[in-house]
Amino acid sequence: MVSEKRVLVSCGTSIATGTVAAVKVKEIAKEIGVPVRIVQCKAQEVPSKIMTFEPHFIITTGQLPDNVSVPVFKGLPFLTGIGLDELKAKIVELLQQE
Amino acid sequence: MREERRWVREELVVLPLDAANAAEAITQLGARLQDQGFVKDSWIQATIEREKVYATGLPTAEIGVAIPHTDAEHVLQQAIAVGVLEEPIEFIEMGSTEDKVLVTIVCALAVTKSESLASLLQQLVEMFQSPGVLRQIADAKDPGEIVEVFDQKLQAGD
Repeated sequence: MVSEKRVLVSCGTSIATGTVAAVKVKEIAKEIGVPVRIVQCKAQEVPSKIMTFEPHFIITTGQLPDNVSVPVFKGLPFLTGIGLDELKAKIVELLQQE
Repeated sequence: MREERRWVREELVVLPLDAANAAEAITQLGARLQDQGFVKDSWIQATIEREKVYATGLPTAEIGVAIPHTDAEHVLQQAIAVGVLEEPIEFIEMGSTEDKVLVTIVCALAVTKSESLASLLQQLVEMFQSPGVLRQIADAKDPGEIVEVFDQKLQAGD
């Protein structure tokens, strides 16, 4: 089985938008049978979470963090449905990577 | 749905909403919420300020939607006030500081518990992505039609 992936979901003040994205990521991981650990945080906590949690990638519904060493994606498609297929495909690819 | 747990009521629908920008839209919808006793008089300003920092424009296909809201401390009873504009106005896209969205439908959200917001958002997101729903709301001829769409699609809150 593919190894567990760590996903950081960051948001603006509304943790709720991050939760919507986190739920969707969980569903995608479940669909393809990859174990995933998701941590939610606020935009300003991203740099420290990158160090302590070491996510494989980041989804954000808030501001895009700059200068991060892991792939970051806007979570907006989860909320609007636009560009959702492309986002899902990228997430699946990263989840399945070893 | 039990009356006190409905999210949208006819008195909270502004059709058409006459606003030139996000602040005006929030003010008008907030005034309805306030008049009907759903939010405190601090809600409007708090929501306008929040929108400046954490924009809520959603670039859904064809018909843009915005979901302005603020913290539960400004809310007395949960509700959603819905405004439909004849001419779309600009909101900033969620997660951005400058990308704009042309918005036709504004849903001002008033939740009493911040934990409820995630569940409400999930339902709204499903609703906005359902084919034809946004068109139904945008083309509605009277508030009753809009209330019905929300009643069908949203579960009662807590």
